[in-house]
This record gives sequence, structure tokens and C-alpha cells, in this order.
Amino acid sequence: MTEIKNGKTVITTPVMDEDIKNLHAGDTIYLSGDLFTGRDAVHERVTREGRDFPGSIKNGAVFHAGPIVRQLDDGSYEMVSIGPTTSMRMERFEYDFIRETGVKIVIGKGGMKDDTARGCREFCAIHCAAPAGCAVVNAVCVEETSGVEWSDLGMPEAVWVMKVKEFGPLIVTIDTEGNNYFENKKKEYNARKDEQAERITEEIARW
Amino acid sequence: MNAEKEKIIVDAMASFIGHTVKILPDDVGAKLRELSEKETDPAAMAVYETMFRNLRLAEELDRPLCQDTGVVQFWVRCGSGFPMMNEMERLLTEAVLKATRETPLRPNCVETFSDVNTGNNVGKGVPVIWWDIVPDRDDCEIYTYYAGGGCSLPGKAEVFMPGAGYKAIIPFVLDRVTEYGLNACPPLLIGVGVGNSVETAAMNSKKALMRSVDSVSDDPKAAEMEKLLEEGVNAIGLGPQGFGGSSSVLGVNIVNTPRHPATLGVAVNFGCWAHRRGAIVFDRDLGFRSTTHSGFKG
Repeated sequence: MTEIKNGKTVITTPVMDEDIKNLHAGDTIYLSGDLFTGRDAVHERVTREGRDFPGSIKNGAVFHAGPIVRQLDDGSYEMVSIGPTTSMRMERFEYDFIRETGVKIVIGKGGMKDDTARGCREFCAIHCAAPAGCAVVNAVCVEETSGVEWSDLGMPEAVWVMKVKEFGPLIVTIDTEGNNYFENKKKEYNARKDEQAERITEEIARW
Repeated sequence: MNAEKEKIIVDAMASFIGHTVKILPDDVGAKLRELSEKETDPAAMAVYETMFRNLRLAEELDRPLCQDTGVVQFWVRCGSGFPMMNEMERLLTEAVLKATRETPLRPNCVETFSDVNTGNNVGKGVPVIWWDIVPDRDDCEIYTYYAGGGCSLPGKAEVFMPGAGYKAIIPFVLDRVTEYGLNACPPLLIGVGVGNSVETAAMNSKKALMRSVDSVSDDPKAAEMEKLLEEGVNAIGLGPQGFGGSSSVLGVNIVNTPRHPATLGVAVNFGCWAHRRGAIVFDRDLGFRSTTHSGFKG
């Protein structure tokens, strides 16, 4: 479901194709509802070992993140700090992960590459970047941390199950047509890098 | 008597670790404000605003400002006359265990090959401790650093043939910036190490990250290269978090030591915008003060 609240685009799980198919790379959204963490080891288990993701993530959202969680005396969990980890590490798994799980929103840090973009296009999904190093901003959007799955993987790698409210800002980096914000930006950056490398090398050649 | 002294060090270091994962060093905070005031891109300005909101919330709620509290590293510059030198390695390890429980830190120590997360940030050779013994001194200066995944991943060292010239450093650094820099959480601090081999270059690049963001090398050519690289990387325009903007770096620091006639070792190391470097000095009576965090009172 998509709502506009105080000028913010808020998408609530379960996420339907019509919620995301009109979003474009560069747009900003917020997420409410269910959110699961999943990073390297979780992606490996699902896509390489054929294990079912331990939660209802179909039409849901996965967050490439390894949080700091404190278990309180009553056994409940407090989400202390949570922020995105480098999504590119999951590039080798993400196409299969989207296909296997039916996840609609993949959230992480930085961009991803062609295989993920192909997955977004074929299975109607998006990748978003959350501001990195802003772990307390993110943590205060977590209303409840209801549990942990695959805790044998250790705190950073386990699947943490959360309810979030207006989690974000999330910037769409790959849209459902496969447009890739960061890969386009990288072309600009690389062109400028080549100019700068030449300029500096000339300066140093005079030493 | 010694037990009391040991407690002073463990408590102070655990407290300092807790403080420095929640509060940025003075120079980094000031530099971020300076860069944000210069920024003109509206999206980049909004990203800076989120970053500053995070810093305020981390302080108010007393939580680590980034969830990745890294692998804990100490660079200990210990005076040869410091009375607790013998105990320091054990006490620093105890401080990490205490800070992991109390701050809390994320357990990030994964034993290699067995892939077991030790769960307490202590393992074989972790916390990482590098020692310098400083002659004719009786105090002990300790740099703390939390080597996170995002900023460790771009690190690279290579030994060039001298014929490649110092100009070889430029593409070596710039290629790393555009290939991996986006994911290392810009604006970045770039540490460049130059020396004779991979490990001296790599260690120099780490020491470069321990210098303040606005510091200038006392070697005139290294200083010139720092300035050229800073201008060059800023011109690439990564902006905060890599979304694009008017600057890319907090600074570029170069630390150089001699090379072998036949080698030129070069390494590059990155610090993220949340560059959590700390320094604390203990005197021989175990009085202490931080030289990076004016708000740290113990």
C-alpha cells in the first residue's frame, strides 16, 4: 500500500507491484510494516543451499544490515543501532534471492550491478540505499524487534525480524525497469577521475 | 595496589571506547560542518542533514552512531618508562570485553577458516595492537580505531618498480576511490602509505588515518601530493554517501618512509564520514585525557 504522508511517499508491506512500478531511480521513499535483515550468509543459505528464508518475506523487504541488538531482562530485544552494509557483496546472490523469495524491496548501502538490475526488471522489484552510518536514525524507526532466526550465524549475520514505521529516507537506486542510479553516476565519476588523474600526473611529472 | 591501577586503565579504556563509538572526534565533526556549509546540491544537503540528525540522536540516546563498531584496533605509543607497559595488552583486551557488554559493541570478530564469530570481539590477535616504544618517556598514548567493513574493503597495497615513478600513486588511489569509494561512506578520509614493501606501506596508510583530517605532512612533496589528491578527489564529486555533491573527502593524509632502491611500496586505506578515531594519553600516575575528544571526561 502506498500513501503520501506530509509529502513523504510511504509504502507499507505487503508490497504490491503497483506500489513500486512507477518509482524511478533517484526517488525517495519510506517503508512501514515488516522488515527482515539478511546479508552474506543468509543470501548464501537461500540461494546456494536451497533453504527457505525463515520468515514471510514474499512481497516484503530485506535489509542488508547487521545490527547491534540488546536482549533485555524480560527476553525481548532492543534495536540499539542498525544501518545498511555494502549491498555489492550480495550482488552474486541477489538475482536468485529475488527469484526464490519474491522479495520486492531490497535495501542496503551503495548500489548493485547488472544481475540485480535484471532481477528487479524480471520480477518487479527495487533496490534502495539507506543513508549509511546513520544507525540511530534508522533504529528509532524500528517499533519492535520481534525475534531472530538463524542466530547460529552470529549477531551481524542472523535474520532479525522487525516492525518498522516510516523507515528511511530510502533512495531508489534500481527501479523496476532496471535503471541503475549508481552505475550511471559511476560513469560521471570515472570521466572526471580520468581528467583529474591526467592533471595531477602532469603536475607530478614536473618534480 | 596493582589491582587498583589495572582497574583504572580498564575502566578508562572501556569508557573511552564507548564514548568514541558514539561521538565523533572534534576535527571530524568540524570538517563535516564545513563541508555541509559549502554544499549546494539539495539532495546532498538533505543527506548531510540526516547525518547530523544521527549524530545528535546517538549522543542523546547514548548509542553507537554506526552499527558497525568494527574490529577494535589499538596503536599504542608507549613510553619506555611507562609503569604499566607489561600489563597493557591484557588490560586492553579486558577493556574490549567490558565495552562489548556495556556500550554495547557489535560482535565483529570472526575467526578465519572456522568462520566462528567469537561473540565478544576478542579472538586470536584481536583486539589488534600495534606497539611503538617511545624512548625517554613515561606516558602512554593510545589510538583507538574501529575498522568497519565498508571502509576496510577498499584497502589495497602494491609494490611498484621505481621506474613507475611517484605518479603511479595517482591512478592507484583514484581508481580505488571510484571503484569502492561509493560504498565506503563518503566524505572519506584517504590514508596513503609509501614505503619499501606491502606491510610498511600498509602500516603507514593506517598511521595516515590516525592524523587529524586537516593535518599536513611535514614532507614538502608528500604535502603537495596530499593537496593535489584532495582537490582531484573532490572534483570527482562523490558527495555525501556517493549520491553526488561538491566534495568527496574529509582529507587526504600521506605517511611516507624510505623505500628500497628497487621498490616503491604503496598502500591506500579509507576512513568513512563517521571516522571514529580516538586518542587518549595516560601519564605515569594514570591520569588521562583525550587529545581527540574534548567532551571525554572519563
